[in-house]
Amino acid sequence: MSEFRLPPYARAMGMEIDHIEDGVPIIGMDFADRTQGRPGFLHGGAIGGLLEMAAHAALRAELDRQGNESRMKPINITIDYLRGGVQERTYARGEVLRAGRRVANVRVEAWQGDRAKLVASSWMNFLLAPPNEA
Amino acid sequence: MTETSETRELPFKLPGNIQFDPERGARMFTRHGHTGFLGMEYVTHGEDWMELALPWREDLVGVEETGVLASGPIISLLDNATSMAVWTKLGTFSPQVTLDLRIDYMRAAAPGKTVIARAECYQVRRSMAFVRGVAHDGDPDDPVAHTAGIFMMLGSQEWTRA
Repeated sequence: MSEFRLPPYARAMGMEIDHIEDGVPIIGMDFADRTQGRPGFLHGGAIGGLLEMAAHAALRAELDRQGNESRMKPINITIDYLRGGVQERTYARGEVLRAGRRVANVRVEAWQGDRAKLVASSWMNFLLAPPNEA
Repeated sequence: MTETSETRELPFKLPGNIQFDPERGARMFTRHGHTGFLGMEYVTHGEDWMELALPWREDLVGVEETGVLASGPIISLLDNATSMAVWTKLGTFSPQVTLDLRIDYMRAAAPGKTVIARAECYQVRRSMAFVRGVAHDGDPDDPVAHTAGIFMMLGSQEWTRA
């Protein structure tokens, strides 16, 4: 089993596994200058990076449950930005809608203080590659 | 945002617009906040396009074993290049926010290589700007990622409000 570990980029951005919810890691990221876009707001790319990390984490957790050691290769991501991310901690959680033999489809959402008020909603697809392939 | 007619042609006026010099503007924006942290750099621009670079850095890696850059910084690079392409086309710094962004990953960027994003604003309306772009690591014909997105144009006061 390959436990999900946040890569250097995520750690540099201040992302961490905030807690586990129903077996799914919730990724948290504090507001800081390194995440700021327009003055006082989160950068769209920082939100995108957080969403992707939550998608990776959720999919890894699901594959681990299945005993599937496939590597996950991002195919694409579509992000809807719903409201500006303010100077607060941001959370993201992925939901694996399907993890098939070759492709996995993951829905990801990000929010801040109020979970009902999403900052962004996104959809990410992954190619599942055999673990031994270079 | 409830307007249905988006047919007004340029030039139009938004309150508080200021001139946008693409090179100076890009150099200024890439010094601060998230873009400054990632180390983005201005490369070149045209009438309606902007090219930015993101040099490879160890702490931006997404796969530790291979040294492949994370895709998060590539989202940021394309977000910024497309956003600045809008200002470049307009010639003014008009407050805007990303409404939606789609990124298709063709392949992983080669470890150690600088990623270049070239983005264009192919249509701009009073409330929305439409953009697309490509990221590559040396050969534009062998891209790392493609993007398409839409920016919402805001009033100057709205930009700094939630």
